[in-house]
Amino acid sequence: MYAAFERSATRDLARAPRRRATPARLRALGQGGVLRRLAGSSLLGALTAPHGVDRYLELVIPSFSLHDLRAEIVEVRYPTLNSVTLRLQPNELWQGFQAGQFVSLTVEIDGVRRTRCYSPAVSESAGADELELTIRVHPHGLVSQYLRAHAHPGMVVELTQASGDFVLPSPRPKRLLLISGGSGITPVISMLRTLCDEGHDAPVTFLHYARQEHEVAYRAELEKLASLHTNVHLALVYTRERTRGVHGHLTHTQLHAVDRSYRRAEVYVCGPPGLIASARALWANKGLEKQVHGESFLPPRVRTGPDEVNGSVRFAASDVEVTGGAMTLLEHAEQAGLTPAYGCRMGICHTCTCRKLSGQVRNINSGELSSSEAQDIQICSSVPVGDVELDL
Amino acid sequence: MTNTRPQLSAAQLQSLGTELDALRQRVIEDLGDRDVQYIRKLIRAQRALEVSGRGLLFLSVLPPAWLAGVSALSLSKILDNMEIGHNVMHGQYDWTGDPALSGKEFEWDTACPAEQWRHSHNYMHHTFTNILGKDRDIGYGVIRMSEEEPWEPRWLGNPAYALLLALFFQYGVAMHDLEIERIREGEPEWRSRRSLLGGIWRKVRGQTLKDYVLFPLLSGPQAPLVLGANATANLVRNVWAFTIIFCGHFPDGTFEFSEEETENETRGEWYLRQMLGSANLTGSKLFHILSGNLSFQIEHHLYPDIPAHRYAEIAEEVKEICERYELPYNTGPLHSQFGSVVRKIFRLAIPGQSRSTTAPLRTASTPRTLATNGNARASTARGRTPTAADRGTPGKPKEAGATKRRAGAKPARAASTTRASASKAVSRKPTRRAPAKKRGVDTTANRAANLR
Repeated sequence: MYAAFERSATRDLARAPRRRATPARLRALGQGGVLRRLAGSSLLGALTAPHGVDRYLELVIPSFSLHDLRAEIVEVRYPTLNSVTLRLQPNELWQGFQAGQFVSLTVEIDGVRRTRCYSPAVSESAGADELELTIRVHPHGLVSQYLRAHAHPGMVVELTQASGDFVLPSPRPKRLLLISGGSGITPVISMLRTLCDEGHDAPVTFLHYARQEHEVAYRAELEKLASLHTNVHLALVYTRERTRGVHGHLTHTQLHAVDRSYRRAEVYVCGPPGLIASARALWANKGLEKQVHGESFLPPRVRTGPDEVNGSVRFAASDVEVTGGAMTLLEHAEQAGLTPAYGCRMGICHTCTCRKLSGQVRNINSGELSSSEAQDIQICSSVPVGDVELDL
Repeated sequence: MTNTRPQLSAAQLQSLGTELDALRQRVIEDLGDRDVQYIRKLIRAQRALEVSGRGLLFLSVLPPAWLAGVSALSLSKILDNMEIGHNVMHGQYDWTGDPALSGKEFEWDTACPAEQWRHSHNYMHHTFTNILGKDRDIGYGVIRMSEEEPWEPRWLGNPAYALLLALFFQYGVAMHDLEIERIREGEPEWRSRRSLLGGIWRKVRGQTLKDYVLFPLLSGPQAPLVLGANATANLVRNVWAFTIIFCGHFPDGTFEFSEEETENETRGEWYLRQMLGSANLTGSKLFHILSGNLSFQIEHHLYPDIPAHRYAEIAEEVKEICERYELPYNTGPLHSQFGSVVRKIFRLAIPGQSRSTTAPLRTASTPRTLATNGNARASTARGRTPTAADRGTPGKPKEAGATKRRAGAKPARAASTTRASASKAVSRKPTRRAPAKKRGVDTTANRAANLR
């Protein structure tokens, strides 16, 4: 019972679901190095120009591609009423992942490709060849609803290589505190599983926040890991149940009760923005905020003062200029009718990264004001401050 | 067949624009799986024809195999260029987000680099359709296709040029963006063309290598037969594409426009110009597919970025709109439409008074030219109304007098009128747009083309 969470990116790109399951023999051929070498030869490239080998072979072996990371769904399970687990067989381009990272998965829904980010909850070694994603089905989630209703073995989805900076350092820290809130548990449990797989023997505290006891995904799994590994200390906190010893939101008292020397630990926290902010504040008190590594899974909200929105935004390559407002540069571009590439829309995946030619922008995640020189920025999480020119 | 160009009142133009916008919006809202399945089916058919055609040609010594191979390969190239390439490159499937159907990424099986085609066709031809001096599809710079083009002795070769262009159409299209006739007119600018030439060279090299070197060599002793087969397939595709494309804008009854009268067109005027400048072909479903649905040239020019297989579905409605506004809906079978094009090619080879069977000259007596003043430029960006950027580039002065006239006639356009009035001070003279030979100069139209 592995899991992933759906970062609530609202709209995106996408890949075609193929209707039939690929016969095992064909799939094996697609995975085979011989076909791959043959298909990648310059002779075949010249013979299939200008379309390229992929555009022919994919009609026979949908998951095959020389250039695109694709995966065939080999198993679909429904662990709970509101989740679906996909076991994926990626093609040979898959490079594995580091615990805490995420992949973007693309499916085609009514002709339109849609992309969502999911964190595998498996350990690094388990995710080297096969990938397992458990997707929480949101009541209004286009992609998660679609996957629960239509995912089937043989369906081919497009993936991106794993990315994200929310990973454990190497060598592993001497004392670790892993904190998660709600469905932010998936990258963090992947870290815990990886540590256990590696035989890591330094103290690890796993602190998870859920609203109520029955909402804790992986509870059995967590308890099993804690009982098998003496260095793993598990603490479950319920924010809406007052009956237990430790409850409510993150505080010093709470942390102290869980782990007396918590301030010495390297902290990895994933959950709602409030949880991360409280963690940062607690360590910042002692000037130790550098020990906190956080990742939020909710799209950031734009907050800028009115004095910052009176410039103009120029999209140089498209020769379009608009008046700046309290929107991200990505939203500005889309409103002007442009179609820049984007993925997560929350400042994580860097799909939307674009060259800023001049002007200042504010990062709405960090609040940081950029310099005014040319640099690459993520347009989904940058708002203009005065005049800005983009190479878009 | 009408000899004088239909005129519409400002109010009619406005409602024409609104009606056609609404029709477009209805189709866009309906786009979905059906459209994707359609184009993928076509792509599968094209790839299957190509693979089987090339496969059969490895048995070229058997005449039936050679013939079947040539037929399959010709069909493959026609499908690739017309219903798939041309339409995908218009961005008709950009909404799907599939990179294989991306207008910006697609490359086709012909000598012309896709990148240059997107400029010369999607931008130049579709923005400035049938505007003399701007739309270089009028004669491709090598054929005299308009009475407005002054006769010179070299036009005696008109039919010969047309035949050559038909036979080598893929190279004609490849050279299209170079604007060679401008070089002859004394605008060398070789430097700016060097990158274009580089692109053409790389594309032609790849195509030549595949069709005329690798596949023949791979077939061993049958090489000459395979080479001949590939050349034949290219020739068939060339002649077919030429025929269909020349039926798009040159049959009797299509109209031409001047740069002056099309300055500052409103959306209604832009639509009207597209309808008056295009001609359809009648035929079977297969014929429409093989023509890339360019047989619905009128619908295509109204909505270049709507999936082409939808044109047949909206044709009746467009026709009904034309009838209601008493506009011609130029259509006919291939033989009669192409016949009139051929007659025109021959007629324009010799000097003399035009018989005025095609485009009437714009005369001073025309009570109201097609283009009055207006701010809305053609914008076919998917699913959105013209934005401020569409309505006029800052610093592009409007004709003040016309603005006043319009302001009186249509208070509804107050917002854009204000914008135009504001620029009154800049110049009272109608400004001529600089020839669009420099890429990306014309902000508005360029963007419209980008989005198409």
